[in-house]
Amino acid sequence: MLSDITLGQYLPGNSVLHRMDPRVKLILTFACIVFIFVAGNFWSLLLMAALAVGGMILSGVPVGQYLKSLRAIIVIVVFTSVLNLFYGSGDLLFKLGVMEIRTGGVLNSVFIAIRIVSLILFSTILTFTTSPTQLTDALERIMKPLSVFHVKVHEIAMMMTIALRFVPTLLEETDKIMSAQKARGADMESGGLMQRAKALIPILIPLFVSSFRRAYDLAMAMECRCYHGGEGRTKMKSLHVAGLDVWSCCVTGVFFAAVIVSNIFLPAFL
Amino acid sequence: MPAVLETKNLTFTYGGNGPFRKTAVSDVNISIEKGEFIGVIGHTGSGKSTLIQQLNGLLRPTSGTVLLNGKDIWADPKKIRQVRFQVGMVFQYPEHQLFEETVFRDICFGPGNMGLDQEEIKRRAYEAADFVGLRRELLEKSPFELSGGEKRRAAIAGVIAMDPDVLILDEPTAGLDPHGRDVLLAQIQNYHQRRKNTILLVSHSMEDIARVADRILVMNHGKAAMLDETEKVFARGDELEQMGLRVPQITKIMQILQRDGYPVGSGVLTLEQAIRQLAPLLKSRGCIHAE
Repeated sequence: MLSDITLGQYLPGNSVLHRMDPRVKLILTFACIVFIFVAGNFWSLLLMAALAVGGMILSGVPVGQYLKSLRAIIVIVVFTSVLNLFYGSGDLLFKLGVMEIRTGGVLNSVFIAIRIVSLILFSTILTFTTSPTQLTDALERIMKPLSVFHVKVHEIAMMMTIALRFVPTLLEETDKIMSAQKARGADMESGGLMQRAKALIPILIPLFVSSFRRAYDLAMAMECRCYHGGEGRTKMKSLHVAGLDVWSCCVTGVFFAAVIVSNIFLPAFL
Repeated sequence: MPAVLETKNLTFTYGGNGPFRKTAVSDVNISIEKGEFIGVIGHTGSGKSTLIQQLNGLLRPTSGTVLLNGKDIWADPKKIRQVRFQVGMVFQYPEHQLFEETVFRDICFGPGNMGLDQEEIKRRAYEAADFVGLRRELLEKSPFELSGGEKRRAAIAGVIAMDPDVLILDEPTAGLDPHGRDVLLAQIQNYHQRRKNTILLVSHSMEDIARVADRILVMNHGKAAMLDETEKVFARGDELEQMGLRVPQITKIMQILQRDGYPVGSGVLTLEQAIRQLAPLLKSRGCIHAE
């Protein structure tokens, strides 16, 4: 089945993080990602990793879900870590031909691994606790000032919402069309590259046609409900910054300050 | 008669071993004989679709087996395509699968995949088009230019052209107008009589099922609740209603008349049968004049 994609999947809940204002969450997540790169030594990076783990616990989402989303990038983590093993100074640990592993390289690769994992964790926390609608809502509000420069912020946000909304629908549709063509003996599992590419035509064309049909239907339905773009449009769920958001900003702020302090005052490696 | 399709302890579970797993079909044992016209009924989510998709190897059973002419269809997974040619499957809204430049080429897709020679492919395509009543001039049009009903016919022809021994149709008349439904159903019936193959028809219309089916398979909560002759299944109206189904309206009327002591037979399935019974009765009581 095509429906087991976890990247960017919202898991409904009522945790502290679920209740936060999506704008604040979005900005904080972005700031956290920036600060992962600001963190220049192990201490500051561990602080950020601790913040990520804290967020994981606060989100109330089972750890297994996070591991699942990490599994998707495990190859990248291993690849970059292994590559970094060979760069670095310090005592020689291992030598094979021209390949040399030194202590600095080991530390480097661990450092990179923690960095990538925390990076993914922060963005996963955001997508696990924020529904796509909330997310685009938040983006719309954050980008609102850009409308001064005639950027169609609302339209862009609406397009994103619609795109996200239709991903599962189109996956389901693809599944159905694939079954129907397989029932007519379409062979998608064997043959060379060209043959396989050709075998996609009976799936892509109906999918394309049905996307247009859906788009047309949706446009009709939206017009029937008098949709006319963003101008003068109010929100059913208007966003409010509450005490919770102020608190989370303070906590993250303290972490950021600690990162800067440890960057300056603590040695680069342990 | 030998069984053409048989299932043994057929079970299908969605979601593997995960927390959201759901058993859609559980322990189904049915046997369908060659040349039968089987109606499949069951409320939404009763496992009909999951069951029929296992019969032509689109879904692999979690446990249990499907026997086609006595052989396990998954005995050699590499040969599963052969099974799909023998057990044709028309999905719901099959017109959504059309993709070729012309209707004719789309109908040829199935037989083409079977590796037949050009002459045979053409012959079968024309034959299939005739069965569903597609006029020749439509065959050279783009499938997207056709009307809804014509698209549906073209898609069904695409499966019939493979000349399957067993043809499974999942709600072929859904979304058609009443005339279109009647015509399509009559064409399927006609095809069945001429080809003498086995047909499974899934439908929510009890009237349609009553008109065409020899036997009815009733699915309920993933189990095969009944598999019996049409009259016998519809005689168990109360049980059907508990499963969220019902008997054809005319059958219900005749059942009530019989219960109230009128001399009518049970097991009336169609309007024509009812008229044949009621007309003499009304005449004898002078309600209508003999003509």
